[in-house]
Amino acid sequence: MATVDNMVPPGEDPAPYLEPDHDPRRRDFLNYGAVAFAGVGALAVVVPLINQMGPSADVLALSTTAVDLSKIEPGQGVITSFRKQPLFVRNLTPKEIAAAKAVPQSELRDPETLEQRTKAGHENWLITLGVCTHLGCIPLGIHEGENKGQFGGYFCPCHGSQYDTAARIRKGPAPKNLFVPPYTFTSPTAVTVG
Amino acid sequence: MSFPWAKHYEPKQPLMRWLDEKLPLPRLVYNAVGAGYPVPRNLNYFWNFGVLSGVALTIQIVTGIVLAMHYAANGTVAFDSVEHIMRDVNAGWFLRYAHANGASMFFIALYLHLARNLYYGSYKAPREMVFLLGVVIFLLTMATAFMGYVLPWGQMSFWGAQVITGFFSAIPVVGETIRVWLLGGYAPDDAALNRFFSLHYLLPFVIAGVVVLHIWALHIPGSGNPTGVDVKGEQDTVPFHPYYTAKDAVGVGVYMLVFSALIFFWPNLLGHPDNYIPANPLSTPAHIVPEWYFWPFYAILRSFTADFILPAKLWGVLAMFGSILLLFFLPWLDPSPVRSNNFRPKARIAFWILIVDVLVLGYVGGSEASPRNIFMGQVSAAYYFAHFLIILPIIARSERPRPLPNSITEAVLEKHGGTSPAQTALA
Repeated sequence: MATVDNMVPPGEDPAPYLEPDHDPRRRDFLNYGAVAFAGVGALAVVVPLINQMGPSADVLALSTTAVDLSKIEPGQGVITSFRKQPLFVRNLTPKEIAAAKAVPQSELRDPETLEQRTKAGHENWLITLGVCTHLGCIPLGIHEGENKGQFGGYFCPCHGSQYDTAARIRKGPAPKNLFVPPYTFTSPTAVTVG
Repeated sequence: MSFPWAKHYEPKQPLMRWLDEKLPLPRLVYNAVGAGYPVPRNLNYFWNFGVLSGVALTIQIVTGIVLAMHYAANGTVAFDSVEHIMRDVNAGWFLRYAHANGASMFFIALYLHLARNLYYGSYKAPREMVFLLGVVIFLLTMATAFMGYVLPWGQMSFWGAQVITGFFSAIPVVGETIRVWLLGGYAPDDAALNRFFSLHYLLPFVIAGVVVLHIWALHIPGSGNPTGVDVKGEQDTVPFHPYYTAKDAVGVGVYMLVFSALIFFWPNLLGHPDNYIPANPLSTPAHIVPEWYFWPFYAILRSFTADFILPAKLWGVLAMFGSILLLFFLPWLDPSPVRSNNFRPKARIAFWILIVDVLVLGYVGGSEASPRNIFMGQVSAAYYFAHFLIILPIIARSERPRPLPNSITEAVLEKHGGTSPAQTALA
């Protein structure tokens, strides 16, 4: 089995080192046992060394954002932040809602209906992350006067992705619709995101 | 390099053979810490502490790089960023305690390595360069540890930085200018903290570089051994792997047990509680002490209380640095051709008195500067210098060493009740 530890130190009686009748020898068992045990210990130490790079407790504590909707008129949008990422909150006009509903699902790259992307009874409130699903730029269109793209939603200036009024990807390199974070209505005019 | 009977690297797998032809790195490792390095067969466990110091350096570099991912070197946030590591970062408490106690473990290993060296005369020819490089590593490690202790920006950090940089103000004429230049200000502040952080990150890699030289220089004559007798032939050595990799692994296991006990049960045993108070430039702690591993040197610093030609302050600083720089001359201060104190009855007694002396200095350095402690420190500091400058040179010239064994093998066999083939032939 083992090779190098078969060596007999010079000048010593070779008998205890040979044990020709046993394969594996007791020494092999001890060898593999010790190395395996040390290996498990080394792996256990690697866990905190890797884990430390994950979000720390104070970062996770920032993971909810409360938004007051009472001052946002139809057609307006605000940009706030959720987990240090831009959060788009938009009050859709009836026209924008109708435009979003008129699109057949077959035309969508990432098929989702407006109902799936908003809460029942509050389908004028479109709440998404303002992070383009292509490579993470902030799309234009949440502020008044910005380029909303040819579908009237958002337009990402980095690589030209275009989103519609339900913030669904319609054209350009982005693979997915803008992400809708989990949120709940705490009152008719307030939501808590996260 | 190495002995003629050292085994040669012969890779069996085609991949390793291919790699060895293009880049003989496996060969280098094999000859450095593998079966290609023949080592005296009689090393005891005191020969573990070189490898253990290397383990300590590795642990400090790994945990340190990780801590630097979370630490902020700015006076207003440094203390809070350390608390952030302790409370918020995943396993941050573990990593910081491992780094802080890892420094203490590093010094325990270094001091035992040095004590082994002094007892067995490892500093003597042909290993002087190994020893000199070791003292360089010791100095670099002290500088690194000091700057690391400043980083948490607690009270002891701040006042430690104030006191240590104050050493430089003892230099006549230009001292104060140098101190202000070192700090980048009149007291430790952001500028000092940032440069300490930068150097604290750099120096461990410098240490690692000198460690390579240290091992390189060691491999020219090969390792010493407890008898101090030179290797005479193949029967005196065994290959480093598996014999000493296994023996060192036992040491690493014990080391990890002690280290784990410190981290998990007494993480603040070796620290000072005042360092959990944020740095305050307007209030000095009542009893200011450095980390335990500096206590003996701190005691020497405080032993000079009266001006004598030069100011007492300058004497203290000179003596403190001198106590370490003295080691650079040790190979020539002790001309005895016998290395191991096992065969030097007087030098052995002097060695143990020196150990007690350094422990007394350590006690004094960690205690309050009362008149009694100062007096003990003065006596011990005087003895420390006398040991190296007077006692050791005299002993080397006057003592009659016990007879040395003819070879390492003979010494080993004698210990186990046997005799060497040579002696059997004589009888």
